[in-house]
Amino acid sequence: MTQDTIAWRVSGGSGDGIDSTSRNYAKALMRSGLNIYTHRHYPSRIRGGHTYVEIRAGDEPVQSRGAGFDFLLCLGDSFARSEQEGAIYGNEELKPLTEQFDELHEGGIIVYDTGQFDEDDIAETELEERAEENNWHVYPVDLRGIAQEHGRAVMRNTAGLGVTAALLDQDVDMIEELIEENMSGDMRDANLEVLHSAYERALEFDESHDLVAPEGSHDEEHALLTGSDGIAYGALDAGCRFISGYPMTPWTDVFRIMSQKLPKYGGIAEQVEDEIASATLALGASHAGVKAMSGSAGGGFALMTEALGLAEMTETPVVYVEAMRAGPSTGLPTKTEQGDLEHVLYSSQGDSCRVVFAPANAEEAYEQSRQAFELAYDYHLPALVVYDQKLEGELRSVPVSHFDQEPAPDLGSTLTEEELRDAAHDASGKFERFQHSVEGAKEGVSPRSIPGQKGGRFLASGNESAPTGHISEDPVNRKNQMDRRLRKLTAIRGELDDGETNQTTAGPEDAEYGILTWGSTQDTVLEAVDQLNEEGHSVKAMGVSDLMPYPEAEVTEFLESVEECLVVEMNASAQFRGLTQKELGRFGDKMSSLLKYNGEPFRHNEIVEAFKDSIDGGQPAAQNVKFVPAAGD
Amino acid sequence: MSAFSAINDEEQEIDQDTFTPGIEPQATWCPGCGDFGVLKALKQAMPEVGRTPDETMLVTGIGCSGKLNSYFDCYGYHSIHGRSLPIARAAKLANPGLEVIAAGGDGDGYGIGGNHFMHTARENHDITYIVFNNEIFGLTKGQTSPTSPKGHKSKTQPSGSAKDPVRPLTLSLASGASYVARTAAVNPRQAKEVLKEAIEHDGFAHVDFLTQCPTWNKDAKEYVPYTDIQDDDEFDFDITDRREAADAMYEAESRLWEGEVLTGRFYHDTERPSYAEEKRSIGEAPEDSLAERYFDDDAEWGKSVEEIRQHHT
Repeated sequence: MTQDTIAWRVSGGSGDGIDSTSRNYAKALMRSGLNIYTHRHYPSRIRGGHTYVEIRAGDEPVQSRGAGFDFLLCLGDSFARSEQEGAIYGNEELKPLTEQFDELHEGGIIVYDTGQFDEDDIAETELEERAEENNWHVYPVDLRGIAQEHGRAVMRNTAGLGVTAALLDQDVDMIEELIEENMSGDMRDANLEVLHSAYERALEFDESHDLVAPEGSHDEEHALLTGSDGIAYGALDAGCRFISGYPMTPWTDVFRIMSQKLPKYGGIAEQVEDEIASATLALGASHAGVKAMSGSAGGGFALMTEALGLAEMTETPVVYVEAMRAGPSTGLPTKTEQGDLEHVLYSSQGDSCRVVFAPANAEEAYEQSRQAFELAYDYHLPALVVYDQKLEGELRSVPVSHFDQEPAPDLGSTLTEEELRDAAHDASGKFERFQHSVEGAKEGVSPRSIPGQKGGRFLASGNESAPTGHISEDPVNRKNQMDRRLRKLTAIRGELDDGETNQTTAGPEDAEYGILTWGSTQDTVLEAVDQLNEEGHSVKAMGVSDLMPYPEAEVTEFLESVEECLVVEMNASAQFRGLTQKELGRFGDKMSSLLKYNGEPFRHNEIVEAFKDSIDGGQPAAQNVKFVPAAGD
Repeated sequence: MSAFSAINDEEQEIDQDTFTPGIEPQATWCPGCGDFGVLKALKQAMPEVGRTPDETMLVTGIGCSGKLNSYFDCYGYHSIHGRSLPIARAAKLANPGLEVIAAGGDGDGYGIGGNHFMHTARENHDITYIVFNNEIFGLTKGQTSPTSPKGHKSKTQPSGSAKDPVRPLTLSLASGASYVARTAAVNPRQAKEVLKEAIEHDGFAHVDFLTQCPTWNKDAKEYVPYTDIQDDDEFDFDITDRREAADAMYEAESRLWEGEVLTGRFYHDTERPSYAEEKRSIGEAPEDSLAERYFDDDAEWGKSVEEIRQHHT
């Protein structure tokens, strides 16, 4: 059997090295010329519990996890089998095996560790019957035994990679290379022995399957990156040299990456007492002349919102990241959702004056994180990058050349001391930082000075202020200042419209139907649209990244061109469809929603099926998605 | 030339009026308010420290104390209730050449901003923190504050507060502040000297500044007379010794509750390195000013693609 893509899944317990094992294998596949997409599933606990990582690889770019998978490497849950913990986790012992059955493709492969599982327990899972039914090819291997023979039991994941390479007809050297790069000393030697021993042993199998890894052909150097990597590297290249944060899943990923990198780039990272401090530290650093960022997940972002308003009023540039997980409140800590849209758009007192981007993948995360810094510092406002647990954890292969861009350490609309000498000052020598309009400056922007500059002193206040920064309740000044701040958004919209668009479109221009989506759901929708068109439907899609200011013209044109439009997003109240209707003031009768909010991201086939159901005017067949409004309403 | 030439500029004349705004907004503090005492002491202390308005950044919270920023001429950030410290901390880290002063009230500093207070002291950031302590919420019109005495009656505590007030000095010392003093608006000479010392101190300097609120806290009158703890033979203690300082603080705070006011220096640790120094010593902060680098045409800006090649390919 030859196929365009292969989906390989490794399952086990949290803390078993599932993550590092899959990362190595993904890298090996990428180096063999394949395009990669990985999906990570993990519970909210430190060790134990059922976890898996799925790698989908193909010669063509892979945009989502696809439907189901082909190869299961089941390591078992070591924690569950520990005598001490057995009582607690015993009932989960078989989950790494049984939980995978529903999604394993017909003709798929199962490798499980006989060193971990008891044959009687396996019998209880009815593996044999199910394998027969689905034409699965089952290979029981004593991975634990092999690992112990040459090293330690924990190295059984390396043994699993050896078996995988043998069964998929792959060159074991590519895994060997990664072990050599990532390990040293006895650890490396032991792992290499485990790898080769397992590989040799698996070659002896009387293979019954015909599944092989696809051949890759990209000739360009690729890198394996998550959305978090994209945001962090984008920030670094934008000249960000200060980050403050407090750990919270899934934001911690960006915070961790930046904390590890920043000192090397001469910057400062601060882990502080809470998100309130984290958000305000970033303001202090930015006010003092450094490009700064902070962020959190929904719960922590709730604490940051007062600082967000302060940034808007004091016109302090800053970039905040909001990494969504399923809410409300602490919700599902390690599961994904796009439920914080309204939270990031309108939280904090008064009228919102901020920029909000929702990148769709690692490349966009890099671009839009750079753009967020550029706009924040040019226009003196907070810029937000919103992403979610899905994008946080998914590894994608991206051509390295994409990131080969010059750093942009420009502080934006900031005056030098020479320029300050000619700037407006009041009679007491105070710089008029908040003038109602400044000739030559960007629309709505009153250029700033930095503390320590001669002749630049001013007061930045969370209260409404006169041009000098002093508190003012004068109604005329108030209106002028508010108008000026809001004018910035209009100017930014114009600037974004003139540049390369952040919105992604796919499908035939004259398509009958449209699918509209935003953020990380985009690439799954694009894959669904490809399939729908291949099947003879006439569909096009648009993935929106600019949430504020909203890309009015682009979305209007898209919606005008289609008969009906399905809006796909991961929340229960159709927040993005609501935003679109609010911003455009029409199309209410053209749009309906496909929603998913069970903690899992969409699979492209769910969108394909739901689209067909929706044009038939029916209900979605799948249990975990819903239409709003329901057909017939 | 430096982009921040105001920093360490010796040419500018610094006198008593240097920090007075040329166009002084009409003060909205009530007649007889202790906040005037803080303003005056600070205006007197700064020239003696030798700092200019352009190299000084004052971060305030909100409320009556927050208005200090309108009557004191320097770079100012009038932020939100309780948040002056994190803003001040980061500004100092970003540009260590700045003189950074944070100020707030007792509700601001010991209530809503209590967590920041504890952690800023713990980290020993090189900033000065002045808390206007009048034992009342003033601008919101007279509610009980974290330092209001037990039994204090107010609109929100009609039967009298059931809570013991916080002990700001003890809290500060226990959290790790390296300079702790208490002074009072009614004692201008000491106030100026204490602020000067605090600003010159290399580390977190906390000044609990007793101010009277003639409108909402009539008990404020009890701040007079006060006793300078250094001038009193009864309190002969070593201000560099944590244990002796702790005892003196405990005593001073207990006596304040009884109506006797003890002010002065309570703790001064000149040995402990500031947070920025600690961070620099482990390689997590640059030697130079981060802010300066953005104006330096020769600054090297690392490019992340090298990092991506190294770790992700």
